[in-house]
Amino acid sequence: MSTATHHHVPDRLNGPLHRTVRSWESLLLAVAVAIFVMNSFASPYFLDAWNLSDATFNFTEKAMIAFAMALLITSGEIDLSVASIIALSSTAMGAAAEAGLGMPGIVAVGLVTGLACGAFNGALVAGLGLPSIVVTIGTMSLFRGISYIVLGDQAYTSYPPSFAVFGQGYVGWVITVEMVLFVLFAVIFGVVLHKTNFGRAVLAIGNNATGALFSGIRVRRVKFILFLLTGVMAAVASVCLTSRLGSTRPSIAFGWELEVVTMVVLGGVNILGGSGSIPGVVIAAFVMGLVTFGLGLLNVPGIVMSIFIGLLLIGVIALPRIWFQLQIMRGK
Amino acid sequence: MNVVKTALSTVAVAAAMFAGTAQAQDDMRIALVVKALGIGFFEAAAKGAEEAAAEIGGVEVIYTGPTDTTAEGQIEVINALIAQRVDAIAISANDTDALVPALKKAMDRGITVISWDSGVAEGGRQMHLNPSSNPLIGNMIIKLAADHMPDGGDVAVLSATATATNQNIWIEEMNKVLPNYPGINVVATVYGDDLSDKSYREATGLMQTYPDLKAIIAPTSVGIVAAAQAVVDAGKVGEVNVTGLGLPSEMAGAIESGASQSFAIWNPIDLGYAATYISHQLASGAAEAAPGSEISMGRIGSVTLDETNSGAMADPFVYDSSNIDEFKSIF
Repeated sequence: MSTATHHHVPDRLNGPLHRTVRSWESLLLAVAVAIFVMNSFASPYFLDAWNLSDATFNFTEKAMIAFAMALLITSGEIDLSVASIIALSSTAMGAAAEAGLGMPGIVAVGLVTGLACGAFNGALVAGLGLPSIVVTIGTMSLFRGISYIVLGDQAYTSYPPSFAVFGQGYVGWVITVEMVLFVLFAVIFGVVLHKTNFGRAVLAIGNNATGALFSGIRVRRVKFILFLLTGVMAAVASVCLTSRLGSTRPSIAFGWELEVVTMVVLGGVNILGGSGSIPGVVIAAFVMGLVTFGLGLLNVPGIVMSIFIGLLLIGVIALPRIWFQLQIMRGK
Repeated sequence: MNVVKTALSTVAVAAAMFAGTAQAQDDMRIALVVKALGIGFFEAAAKGAEEAAAEIGGVEVIYTGPTDTTAEGQIEVINALIAQRVDAIAISANDTDALVPALKKAMDRGITVISWDSGVAEGGRQMHLNPSSNPLIGNMIIKLAADHMPDGGDVAVLSATATATNQNIWIEEMNKVLPNYPGINVVATVYGDDLSDKSYREATGLMQTYPDLKAIIAPTSVGIVAAAQAVVDAGKVGEVNVTGLGLPSEMAGAIESGASQSFAIWNPIDLGYAATYISHQLASGAAEAAPGSEISMGRIGSVTLDETNSGAMADPFVYDSSNIDEFKSIF
């Protein structure tokens, strides 16, 4: 946590920070538009309603976790176990389906599993005061490990046809159920972070947890709730992904935690906590989705895509910092 | 004058480019989707695919795959291929079940879908091409040993674990065809558990127990390497021939030392060639994927589909001193 950000009040309506956040979002939006235009020229298949609809699957599930993760990182914590929560939640749903539960029952089992995982992380971090990065690296192995013990090299495939609606369903024309959920959760988390007391508390904790505590904010409780939210959102993503795949294997969503964190940081959330915005994360999700889909249309090998995303991330993180340093030097 | 010239040449170039694009659009585009890019085995398959494309003509091969061997990564690749409206997808799957919805969507949009090497569940593909079949493998491993035993003699089997499904089936198939190889006696079957040191000890034990042993058949890539080392260390090169199923990169030393005369495994080049050839046959309507149908694989022959629309390509490919150098750098 650099002392520079301590001086800014963590309120969107206030001065310089507000402007920085706004300019960040504008910059990101410009990047998104540029990628969109480049893709349109690069491939004749890009501007097609159905293709763009298919492309949204590249980011909708990850973005839903990223919304909750954005709040968590803003508060100064992190959850690296989200992909493993997907695996455990999916395994629980697979077992429920095997046991003959209907669609609502399966979803309930999945969400409760996510909630339980979140509560476990939250209890260790908020309750015992352990560092979240260490705790969730541990639970990352723990949760997926349980899936591996349960499933081994087997798979659960007996999902009822009605379960397919989440990951394969359309509400009309090319609008998928996942897109609707994506927008819905973007609005909910946007309102929570930017318009509620809870959101203000999250920003305050991220800026100065001790200060927040002395201001009467129940820091531990807020952090515990944030871990619960992250667990539940990982479970929501698990419902969508499991439904889209129509099956569960313990390797499901392997490596997603880093993509989710990338999305959050690309969205302008300070990795050290204290500031961030949901609109930024929404645009970052589109940027990552458009880049992977656009390069996929040109059959660019996956490793080149990873390099591109990596450079993009370093670029948007480094540029404001370099600019800031230049300002200081000019000031002298 | 200069302006006219420039304008004319611009038009000419534009026309040529347009014609080029039109030509490319007319080509049949077959996507060879692999488990992950950068794996020698699949790079070799891509080479075979290009060979088939050149032979058929008017075929463009799109060789692609994710960075990691994940089902989610392959689905992103499949979505991008559906968007490009390719004519066929031939995939070696990272997950039997998880790819089914995405590949179903591809088939719904008129794309021919087959799996090869690592299969997709029946609902997600029109047919599956196995590199070989259990009877063909069972026959090949005993044939490899018999080929170098003109006077017959004793052979022993060094397997993986006693419960290994694949190895047990292959040994069972081998025993079925044993009467076709008169003079060959299988004296023992031992288990190295796919561990190098245990396989090595079991192979050494075999040579001590059966001094007249002529060959060790190891239908496992771990066992065959360990057995070859045991033969070298026992000074029995030329007396005991190690054969079975192995990887060229790991077996190059054994071929060079003479501990192994020959061994077999699928040929990835042939596999890529056959997958591409079959994709073309199905996408062009020259053949249909249905139980019992026979589909041409060009220079390799033809494949007959069983009731699950699966077929076996060919005998495992034999590697010996004549071709090991070519393949040892591939896989």
